[in-house]
Parts: sequence; C-alpha cells; structure tokens
Amino acid sequence: MTDTANLQPRRLNRPTFGALGRFAYQQPVGAASFVVIVVMLLAGILAPWVSPYDALAVDYGALLSPPSLDHLAGTDAFGRDVFSRIIHGARTAMIIGLSSAFLGCTGGAILGAASAFFGGRVDAAIQRFVDILLAFPLVVLALVVVAILGRNPVFGIDISLIFAIAIPIVPQVSRVIRAAALTVQAMPYIDAARTAGYSNSRIILRHMAPNLVTPYLIMLTAYIAQAILLEATLSFLGLGVAEPTPAWGLMLSGNAQDFFLTAPWLVIFPGIAISLAVIAFNLFGDALRDYLDPRLKQ
Amino acid sequence: MNGPAPELLRVEDLSVEFGGRLRAVDGVGFTVKAGETLAVVGESGSGKSVTALSLMRLLPEGVGRYASGRVSFDGKDLLDLSPGEMEKLRGQDIAMIFQEPMTSLNPILTIGFQIMEPLRIHLGLTGAQARARAVELLGLVGISDAERRLDQYPHQFSGGMRQRVMIAIGLACDPKLIIADEPTTALDVTIQAQILELMKDLSRRLDIALILITHNLGIVARYADRVAVMYAARIVESGTAEAVFARPRHPYTMGLLRSVPRLDRARQTRLATIEGLPPDLANAPSGCRFAPRCPFAIASCAEPPHLSETDTGGLSACHRWEEIAAGTIREVPAEPAPARLLAADGPKEIMRLEKLSKTFEVGRGIGRKPGIVRAVEQVSLSVGEGETLGLVGESGCGKSTLGRLILGLEEPTSGTIAFEGKDITAAPPAERRRLRRDIQVIFQDPFSSLNPRMTVGSIVEEPLKVYGLRKGARARGERVRELLDQVGLRADMAERYPHQLSGGQRQRVGIARALAMEPRFIVCDEAVSALDVSIQGQIINLLERLQAELGLTFLFIAHDLAVVRHISTRVAVMYLGRVMEIADRDAIYAEPLHPYTKVLLDAAPVPDPEIEKTRAPRIVNGDLPSPLSPPPGCVFHTRCPIATEECRGIIPEPREIRPGHFAACIKVEAQP
Repeated sequence: MTDTANLQPRRLNRPTFGALGRFAYQQPVGAASFVVIVVMLLAGILAPWVSPYDALAVDYGALLSPPSLDHLAGTDAFGRDVFSRIIHGARTAMIIGLSSAFLGCTGGAILGAASAFFGGRVDAAIQRFVDILLAFPLVVLALVVVAILGRNPVFGIDISLIFAIAIPIVPQVSRVIRAAALTVQAMPYIDAARTAGYSNSRIILRHMAPNLVTPYLIMLTAYIAQAILLEATLSFLGLGVAEPTPAWGLMLSGNAQDFFLTAPWLVIFPGIAISLAVIAFNLFGDALRDYLDPRLKQ
Repeated sequence: MNGPAPELLRVEDLSVEFGGRLRAVDGVGFTVKAGETLAVVGESGSGKSVTALSLMRLLPEGVGRYASGRVSFDGKDLLDLSPGEMEKLRGQDIAMIFQEPMTSLNPILTIGFQIMEPLRIHLGLTGAQARARAVELLGLVGISDAERRLDQYPHQFSGGMRQRVMIAIGLACDPKLIIADEPTTALDVTIQAQILELMKDLSRRLDIALILITHNLGIVARYADRVAVMYAARIVESGTAEAVFARPRHPYTMGLLRSVPRLDRARQTRLATIEGLPPDLANAPSGCRFAPRCPFAIASCAEPPHLSETDTGGLSACHRWEEIAAGTIREVPAEPAPARLLAADGPKEIMRLEKLSKTFEVGRGIGRKPGIVRAVEQVSLSVGEGETLGLVGESGCGKSTLGRLILGLEEPTSGTIAFEGKDITAAPPAERRRLRRDIQVIFQDPFSSLNPRMTVGSIVEEPLKVYGLRKGARARGERVRELLDQVGLRADMAERYPHQLSGGQRQRVGIARALAMEPRFIVCDEAVSALDVSIQGQIINLLERLQAELGLTFLFIAHDLAVVRHISTRVAVMYLGRVMEIADRDAIYAEPLHPYTKVLLDAAPVPDPEIEKTRAPRIVNGDLPSPLSPPPGCVFHTRCPIATEECRGIIPEPREIRPGHFAACIKVEAQP
C-alpha cells in the first residue's frame, strides 16, 4: 500500500536505567533530596535502634552540655541527648507530615475534581466554601481547628493535630486540581470518549483521573513540606505535640528560648532538621514536576 | 529593476548545534539581494525557523551554538559583532515578524508605545517626532484612524490588525531586511491575502528585502522571487520561483509539489505522496538525507551530495539532477482515485439537518447581561451515503460547532438532526448511545486527541471492550492488530504511548480508534490541518481508501480550500454561522455563485508562479465581524464587493440557482 507510514522506532530515553535511574540522571538535585527524604524516613522508622540514647532519658550529670563526641548535638536542660531527640522527632514529623498532607491533598483533590466535573451549582457551592477557608491564613485556620477539636492522642500521635494541618491544605489543593481538571476536560480526547458514548464514570476514572495524577503528586510533595513546617509551628506555639514527645518544633520552644544564647545547639540542630526536611521535600517536588512534565522531556 | 541589485545578505556554510550533537541547521548558505523576496520552504523540523533566528542571533543562550559559518550583512559579519552592536542592528537594519500576532505584542502597553519604542531607542526621536512617525507608519500598513488607535491596547485589535501593527513596528526604522517567520499561518485566508499583499507592496515601494519562511507553497508561488527548499536541516534546492516550481531538479521538491492538493485542478487521481518520515536529526543518515524516502535513490546516494548548479540556473543537492533534467528518470504516475460506492440514482440520504441553530451565552455574571453568540444559525443540509461533504469557512464561522452538534457534544438550541430518518436530538438515551457508535470523529490535533496515559493498543481496544464488539482478550487483540494494519501502522505500535509517535502516526491512531466502533458516518474536524504537506497527502489517501473499502460517509470540515476540493464530492461554504453556498465540488470551484465563495477562492494562492502572475488577487477588505453582534440582513454585506443598501435589510435564504447548486445571495440571478 502506498500510504503505509515508514515506522522507524524512535529512541526517547535510555531505557537501561529504569525509572529511578532515569530520574536521578535527569534530576540530580531531586535525586539528592530524595536521598535526604529516605534517610529521614529510615531515621523515623528505626529511631529506637539507631539513636545513641533514649530520647526521654534524663541525665542530670550532663545538663546543657555542648556538642561533643558523647553527645553529637549536645544535651538540653534536662540532660536529654539532642541528637537522639532529633532522630525521634523525625518519626513525629514524618507521621504527622505524611498523613496530614495525604489527607489534605486527597480531600482537596476529590473536592476540586468534583467541582470541575459537575460544574454549575455544585461548582459554585464548593468554590464559595473554598473561598471562605482560603480567607484564613494557614496557621490561623490550623489554630482554630486545634482549639475546636482538642486533643485526641492515639498511640502518642494527636489525631486532632493531623486534621488541624490537613484541613487548611484542602482548599488550596482543590483550587489547583479543579483548574487542572477543567483543562483535561476540555481536551479533544475527552470529546473523543464522549463521542464514543462511554459512561460518565468511565470517562472520569479511565480518561480524566490518570491525567490528574501528576499535579496531585506534585501538590502532595509540596504540602508534606508545608505540613512538617506547620506541625513545627503549632508545636512551637504549644498547640501541637506535647512534652515529653520529641518533636522538632517543640524543641525550639520552652526552655530552649531561655538558653539559646548560652546553649545555641538547642535551637541550631532542630532548626537544621526542620529546614533540611522542608527544603528536601520542596526540591523533590520541583524535580518531580519537571520529570513528569512531558513537555520538558528531551 | 535596473541592473543587478547589490547583494545584501550572504550566508555561508551556517551550522547550528543544539545540545552539542543535534545539528538543526547544517551547512546552509544563500544570498538575498536588496529589495528581493526569498522564500525558505520546508516542513516542520527542517530547520527553517532556526535559520531565521540564528541570522538575528536570537538563539537561546547556552542552548544553540554556532558550529560554523559566516553571515555577512551589508558588509558586516553578524557572527562577529558584539552583543551591543547586534542590538543596534536588530530592529534598525533587520526586522523580524513572527507567526503569532496574538502573543508577539505586549498586552499591557499601548500600540503607540510599542511602535514608538524602536524610534526612540534606535533613532533617538523625541516624543512628538516619534508619534508623528508612528501615525505615518500605521497609515502605511493600512490602519485608518491612526491618531486615535495609537492609544489603544493590543486586545482591541483583531489578529490581522495586530499583524499589521507588527509590520509597522518592523518598518519603524527603515530596515533593509525583514525576516517574516510564517507571518500568516495563524490567520484566515482572506486576512492572509491582505497581509501578504501589504508586505509585498511595501517591499517593492520601500526597497526592502524580504525573507519569507513558510510551509505554504501557494504563498511562495505568489510572492517569492527566489526559493530555497530545506529538508532535514539542509538546503536541497534553490533557484528562481519559476524554475523551482516549473522545473524542479530535486526529488524532494518534485514530491512536495506533487503532494499538495490543487485548488485550480479537478481531481482525477489519488494524491502523490512522499513515503515515510523525515529523519531524526540526532542520528541523520550520513549520505543524502532524503535517500530513504526518495523514489530514485541509488547506491551513490550514500555519499553526501553537494549543491551544484543545474540547467535552470538554480542549485540542487541531488546526485541525479542531470537525469531528472534530461527526463530519463521520472516519477510513477499516481494511482487513479478509488471508485466511490455511490448508487447510480444518486446516493441515499443518510444525514439531514433541518434549520439547525446553536447559540452560546458568554460573559454571564452577577448583574451582567450575557452576550449571545450565534455560532450556527438556521443551517439546513443533507449528506448522502458514501459521499464526502466538505465544509469550509474561516475561523469562527461555526463549522466546528456544526460538527460538534452532529456528534452530540453540544445540544442544538433549535432544529433537528436526522440520521437515517431518525431525529438524534429527540431520541431516548439508549437509542442515542447506539447512534453514537455510528457517528464518529477524527480531530484536528493529533497531539491532544489521544489520552497521553493510555497506550495505542488500549486506546483502540477500549471501544471493543465497552461495546462488547469482540469477546475475549485474544479476539480483541486480533481486531486491534487488524485495525492498526488497516490504517498503516505496524502491530507492535500497540505498546507505544502517543508521545512516542509522530504527528502522522498519531492521526492514524485516531482514525483506527474511530474505525473500531464500525461507524458509518465520520466527522473529520480539520483532520489534516495540523500535518505537514507530505504527511497530509498520506492521511488524505488513507481516508479515501477507507471510504471506498468500508462505504463510509464523511463530513470533512476544513479551512484549506484545496484539500476540500481534493477529497469532497459536495462542498458547503459557511460564513458567520450561516451556509452561503452548497454545490457539487466541481461546480463550486469552477463557477462559484456567491460573492463570498468567489472571494475565498481568489484569496487562496495556488502553488504555480505562472498562474499566480495571471491572477489579480481580489482583496476583500475588512475583518470578520464579531459573532457577538453579526451585521443585520445578509451577514456578509459588510465585506461584500457587490452589496447594496438592500442587503442590509434582507436575510437571504439559500435558493437553488442551478440544479443542486444553492446560494444564499439576493444578487445572484437564477440560471437555467
């Protein structure tokens, strides 16, 4: 047949690396931040085994001792090992950060997608509700939720705190996902699915949802960083994790404020931990966005 | 012209590399004389735009690198100039006009500011002087009421007007050379003619050389003095427009000219096509780059050919140009067109639209009265089984909306759509779902009409699954292979994702997806408009073959009159939501009745310089009226060359002027 196209296979990416290797090759900064994230996750999971001291053990023989070989990051006013507390704090940060970001982003994605799909009055109602939530700054909204829900600790983790961090994330994510869903909805392949007479649920699940996964993943990584920061903020304000549970934000508050001139390691090391976590998740999110964007693929 | 004009620009052995390995421009050389128009033609990815950008030294810093070459302009070597000197040259001696008039003007600055800016910077004019010159420039590019319009913003101008403003900016400092990169590709055909006539006229009057970069061979034939044809980053042929069109000496040029559907010729044969795809520049063949697609390729084509002077005075990069010139090697004539499955006593009617209208509300808000766009207005037409109805018109004429109404993607405001005698719009949901299968679509943009997250196989298989057309995974896999084969794709393409395919291949997947439903009626909405000429021919032939094999009926929506002439059996012309004229294809092209159809046909250039010289293009004035406030009476009267006072008052109904030939114009006399 004269109209048979000449179909030379095209090479797009080196396939030998696998997805992870390709990511590391294209996004070295992202790969580095991914390593930091993995180390923090491992620290959180293995905290009781890898930390040199018990995070809660009080040692009156070594109050406020500066960093040394015995105490890598020094000790606090109760003689507790700061380095061990930071490792344990990673567990708190990861559990609260991951679960509240996941909860908030998923809730926001469902709300945003529903808003776009149904349109009309549903859209208007959801968006006005979102407008109200967006009128509050993130921290203020979280404070309100904490104040209303009180404390509900389960296995040492405060469920109310997770919700307090998740709820302010919802409106922001729902806006982004709604915009993305509206764009996808206007694509000709959705029209093609409609002309094929497919059902609404099929169009939503099979044709729209997979195309919203990318913005969702990007929002998720970005908001994990936000959630960790918010948890630290709330703990610092005394509304988050309670003593004696080790948490990075908490370590900056209380008597650390009294001693930070004489014992700066009390604020420096938890501060580094918070910054590192936030920067790592943000950079990873950026790298993931670039990696998943087909327009940026060579 | 008196005596040979001095040489203005000489490009020698210019090579540009991207990322250190991909040569987007490879050893390109040409000259431009003062006041002359050089057209650079080529398909997408052939390096024509990169050539233009590299002349201006506008390649993105750190991405593009000049591997070799000299660009002498007016005695200076542009590649040796300092960035500061280059800045002075740009906009002053060389101006550039881009494709997208919608985005190349800054939306927050007035038109006046943007025209005066180069005058102030390059010529050091004061405010009042600059303003006077800006008024003069707007007059020069045909914008009336210049004094007032200087204070307006780009959004208050139409696309064609914006392109005029871009030209005015380009002209501001009396340049010696204007580089126009696809200046009219984004514009409608009547506006395209206005802009190109203006550019040609200005170039003659002000003695400005013009480099016109385009993929449209008709434009080249009408406006160029000389032509350079690019293929895969190299120039393969150059010469005077007459020589290149009448006596091409390179197989690629020959193929290109033969694969363009012609507006001025009745169709007897299938379109000739150039087989295959252009090479990937990252690993281009070492010899002649066209050899893998060339019908005349021989062993020595593995050696890279050099541009050598031919009998026509041009240059050709083909080892066998002498044989082409002598006529000893010739292309095989195109196959005859496939016979159509039309019944002897006229086709049976399959689709009938009766007084179909669709209006949209726009700008609705709290306390705001919405505007009404009449996208489709009182359209009545019928389509016979096995025929192809071509639907042409400029952007915003409602042709795509009409297609969407038939597909059920929009609900009509009033009127009926009957498919095989049954009204689709009134049918119960179950019936509609069944009818949906019979009416399928092929979209314009092969990049966005396939779900990027699904493989080719699952895209084609989905309808089989949903409608239970084949039971079991094996039977479905079998059918997918069959469908892919039918559209000329290899079975192993099923595992690929859309982004791994070329534009033409994607369009084939879109066709296979439509065929999977076993439809009887297919709406082709600009199905070949986004494709390069050589690929476009392949897809048109495929559609025609499928129509003959499967007895399909097509509604072929397009703005390209030549393509419509080639593929259609009947043609309907739309303007501002209304049908202006319907007739058999040959009748409408040979003897158009409606003034709008005449204007459209005149505006479209034909790829033959000899014919173009004899045609005096009739330029239709003005812009398309906004569909928000269509003119009263006949919607075309504001631009119509023969309109009178009477036309303002009467909305003309389509009348049968000749048997089977309808026109909606009160000025057309009934003919026997």
